[in-house]
Amino acid sequence: MAMTIEEIEQFIITAVPDAKIEVTDMGGDGEHYSAVVTAASFKGLSRLAQHRLVYDAFGGRMGEELHALKLTTRIAE
Amino acid sequence: MADTINDRIKEILEKSPVVLFMKGTPLFPQCGFSNQVVAILNNIGIEYDSVDVLQDPEIRQGIKVYSDWPTFPQLYIKGELVGGCDIITEMFENGELAELAQKENIARK
Repeated sequence: MAMTIEEIEQFIITAVPDAKIEVTDMGGDGEHYSAVVTAASFKGLSRLAQHRLVYDAFGGRMGEELHALKLTTRIAE
Repeated sequence: MADTINDRIKEILEKSPVVLFMKGTPLFPQCGFSNQVVAILNNIGIEYDSVDVLQDPEIRQGIKVYSDWPTFPQLYIKGELVGGCDIITEMFENGELAELAQKENIARK
């Protein structure tokens, strides 16, 4: 069961409401995406904590239905 | 004898300063992301131990809970999760990884 760009955006928004998200389909198979997530609420969080926040949004689907999400997080100025 | 999975993980992490939990082995990585981190570690030339999670389902599941990190590979330095493929690649490209290895005086090959 793969995932759509809209679903990915929806998951991330629920965890990081102020995020600006750019998702790119890397594989065309619904399982390999890259995403750039920019949010002011990342301020003060380590890069690891920022990524964890986003991954936790998927509630266990990360690495299962969604095989790969190449993630870049940025702090919004 | 380590009984819980967390004890097993702690034991592995205490045994060596750098541990890479990956799919496959450094010589035969079974996943592109694991392969990428292996190439990075070999490039900066530091000593590391690896754990093939494909051969150990208990560790594969346990380490995800232990670190609250859902994917592989996972790189640990001095028992601390540094990151997965994206973070290690970013740190490699901006020199942070080599700096961290030096700061933690990790043995070089």
